[in-house]
Amino acid sequence: MSDVPKVVIPSLAKKYLMAGSGLVLVLFVLGHMLGNLQFFLGPEVINAYAYHLHHLPGHPVTLWIIRLILLTCLVVHVWMAVLLTIENKHARGNDSYAQKHSNVASYAARTMPVTGVVLLLFIILHILQFTTRVVPEDYNATIGEAPIEVAHVQIEFFDVFAMMVKGFSDPLFAGIYIIAVGLLCMHLSHGVSSMFQSIGWRNEIWRKRLHCIALLYGWVVFLGFAAIPFSVLAFGHGKEYLADKEAQWAAAPAVTTEISH
Amino acid sequence: MKLNLRVWRQQSHESPGGFGDYTLSDVSEDSSFLEMLDILNEELIEKGEEPVAFDHDCREGICGMCSLIINGNAHGPETATTVCQLHMRHFSDGDTITIEPWRARAFPVIKDLIVDRTAFDNIVQAGGFITARTGSAPDANEIPIPKPIADKAMDAAACIGCGACVAACPNGAAMLFTSAKCSQLNMLPQGQGEKDNRVLKMVAAMDDNGFGNCTNYGECQAVCPKEITLDFIAKMNRDYATAKIHKFFGAAS
Ligand code: FES
Repeated sequence: MSDVPKVVIPSLAKKYLMAGSGLVLVLFVLGHMLGNLQFFLGPEVINAYAYHLHHLPGHPVTLWIIRLILLTCLVVHVWMAVLLTIENKHARGNDSYAQKHSNVASYAARTMPVTGVVLLLFIILHILQFTTRVVPEDYNATIGEAPIEVAHVQIEFFDVFAMMVKGFSDPLFAGIYIIAVGLLCMHLSHGVSSMFQSIGWRNEIWRKRLHCIALLYGWVVFLGFAAIPFSVLAFGHGKEYLADKEAQWAAAPAVTTEISH
Repeated sequence: MKLNLRVWRQQSHESPGGFGDYTLSDVSEDSSFLEMLDILNEELIEKGEEPVAFDHDCREGICGMCSLIINGNAHGPETATTVCQLHMRHFSDGDTITIEPWRARAFPVIKDLIVDRTAFDNIVQAGGFITARTGSAPDANEIPIPKPIADKAMDAAACIGCGACVAACPNGAAMLFTSAKCSQLNMLPQGQGEKDNRVLKMVAAMDDNGFGNCTNYGECQAVCPKEITLDFIAKMNRDYATAKIHKFFGAAS
């Protein structure tokens, strides 16, 4: 057939790449969530955690290697998704069914490209806001630093706790965040089970179990992430702490704050 | 029973198609779906119109020729049933039934409801064979095969190659078919000689023939008249990875 595009990457290789990169991202998401949950243990704990993340053994190379690995996985994941979407649309052909009944394909499975694109946009927004902190000038300064104890020494480090409270105090942003982690839950509910099939580690018995495990995993991740903006918005968690900080900042506006990474 | 039919009519792959509307006034519920189409065709011939072209052969669910999308379902509403084994009692009087051909780029329409499934032949030709000693017939049970393995291989061999999996797959992928054809031989001792190359070549043929990529929807399994499961796709995924590794070390069978 003449109109068949040349397949550059074998279909099964694409599966493996999708599953492998997905696995890394799936584990990262869980780790990220567990890290975030330290928010509920108070500013000292999560700020110390942030400090340790930024000062891993082999600092600063280690963190950059981890970031590079994550970025590579993300790029591979998105690249495969783009190839799959284009090639599969082509394979389906020009004439579409007048009537097509979908028997078992879950809503989550069918919307993987959509949730994927939204999540990608969210990741970009998220990194800009919380990692590179491309935010209004005063924003970082009002958050400032907070004392933490590292190896029995008191030092000052960027106040992640205040940053989270401030970020999630904005209902619009908190809303976007909760919706995004909700979509993540959907994305995972197909992905976490699907990756086992892709590498061949699934059978009829484990298919059902893995579907449940994937759904559970998705919900755990959703609840873990969403708990923070929810508690800030609904219960004003950390608002007092932030108000104190902002009062301090208002009282001494001349102090400039160095942000250490 | 009275039926309203919306049947896809298309002169050839090149010409555009469209639905033709027909009404049958007296169809027995005991007739099969294909017999119902026979009745339609007889009426059309009597009226001097061109009969509807559709694929069929054995009419007993074993050849894999019949291939219709009925109301959006490959092989119609019943599970584990080919169109030829589907009976009109599963429909009700006054129903409107939409009948379409398999649709996928790899399966171009030849005429009306008949599609060209040469792409499947190409996949089988790529690796669906074994090397065997010719000559006198070997003794029965000469090669011991554990019962569970023989059963599984038989499950895969039940594939009649109808193409419903491709037709139902939102990606137009042929994974279920290819995995069944690959696994029925890969699981048996007689198939070991070409095992690695079989999976590599059949997957390559699958990709080259314009089928899509599997994204684990499971629609194929749901419509398969022979109840081939995704297990075989998982097995093919494993076999392919192993074959690639063997090949890397220059030890592919
Ligand atoms: S006509 Fe042979 S399987 Fe239906």
